[in-house]
Amino acid sequence: MVKVSKITNTTSASTPEADILLAQIETLAHTKTANCYQCGKCTAGCPVSEHMELMPNQIVRLLQLGRADKALRSSSIWKCVSCLTCSTRCPQEVDPAALMDALRQLSLEQGIASLEAQPVIAFQKAFLENVRRNGRLHELELIALFKGAVVFGSRQLSFLFKDAMLAPQLMKRKKLHLAQERSEDREVVARIYARCIKTGEK
Amino acid sequence: MNIGYYPGCALHGSSNDYEQSLKACLGALDVNLKEVSDWICCGATAAHSLNHKLSMALPARNLAMAERDGFKQVFAPCPLCSVQLLKAREAMKNSDVRRELSQVVEAEIKGDAEVLNLIQLLQNIGLDRLKTAVKQPLESITAACYYGCLLLRPPKLVNFDDCEQPSSMESVLAALGAKTVDWNYKTECCGAGMTMASEETVVELAYKILNNASEHGATSVVVTCPMCHLNLDMKQAAVEKRYGKKFNMTVYYLSDLVGLALGLSTQQLGIDRHFVTGR
Repeated sequence: MVKVSKITNTTSASTPEADILLAQIETLAHTKTANCYQCGKCTAGCPVSEHMELMPNQIVRLLQLGRADKALRSSSIWKCVSCLTCSTRCPQEVDPAALMDALRQLSLEQGIASLEAQPVIAFQKAFLENVRRNGRLHELELIALFKGAVVFGSRQLSFLFKDAMLAPQLMKRKKLHLAQERSEDREVVARIYARCIKTGEK
Repeated sequence: MNIGYYPGCALHGSSNDYEQSLKACLGALDVNLKEVSDWICCGATAAHSLNHKLSMALPARNLAMAERDGFKQVFAPCPLCSVQLLKAREAMKNSDVRRELSQVVEAEIKGDAEVLNLIQLLQNIGLDRLKTAVKQPLESITAACYYGCLLLRPPKLVNFDDCEQPSSMESVLAALGAKTVDWNYKTECCGAGMTMASEETVVELAYKILNNASEHGATSVVVTCPMCHLNLDMKQAAVEKRYGKKFNMTVYYLSDLVGLALGLSTQQLGIDRHFVTGR
């Protein structure tokens, strides 16, 4: 089922700012939203579209209408699981999955990411920070960073203990490591990060 | 056969049973995995979601290290690592991008090393050779081959099987003497890296997959992805609790089944370290 109701109420905003923003998104995503003819195949195949306030085809429509600002604030872009079904099936070679990536990056850079999406964002940030420090992911440290960030943001202490019972079960199976595995040259990792991530953004 | 091996973080973390399985199984087929020197994380979903340039640079660094080691082929068992390496390799066909990324990662990259997943590696070994090496045909196994998302997508980059109706894993299982079922969720997503960040997503998607496999007569599911394994195996108890339905579905890595058919034990392959070890 493809919903279109919300979009029909959205007026087109073809301002110079909107044009610049769309160009920025399309450059990052290497795709052209104008090619989309709204068949809805992306949404039909999306495993999580039923949980999105704006479905993949609606996100593309918003971009076509110059309303990327609305897409950037939406929680839907953070519900996408990056399975690439949409992009694989698009008959017009639009790449909605890459658009989702571009929207996530810009919404964070502009500081307008959806509050509802905070746990997902906290996880992704903790993941990248963990890799910056160690070169490789250390799961225990990731869990600590992630849980700390969510509890700090939501004041919900109970979140600390969610899944706590998994830890002994993982230990028993020798799947949880206390010792840190790191890459040797971690300074090069930090330098790579510094060259990719703009200052001020974290 | 010596081949460059990019384990990725999962296989050195909570999916280390997969690495154990791969080393045992491929060792029995005379394939020696040589780890890429000082490899780093590919950045995974976090990098491609938050910073496009970083999501290209981290895999590019790994390709550079693999080239420095002299590998013409890199085996990346995790489909997400594999796709990230392939994306960087593809982007570097443009010489400007290649020059820029070489500077960013402080290493000259040619970008010509081939990136292989487990099915491709087994195909290179040869299914005929595999068939003749079988010591214990897997007659008691009736499995649903689960490809998930990134083993087959994007099809322009991972072009080795039909992206909607794949059959390469079934061919491997046929060579091992196992039965496979026709089912609907072969290429549906399990929620991948959302395991911690959005557990409800993973539990819902894993339920659909396990339920469909079960309804089509499978008693086990076969995967090649560490995240698929985590979500279907470790999270199976949470799925059963939420939906009030028992599956007791064994989730095998493809290398587990190859290893069993070659006569290796469940302990040698690390199958005893899975969460669901039922039937």
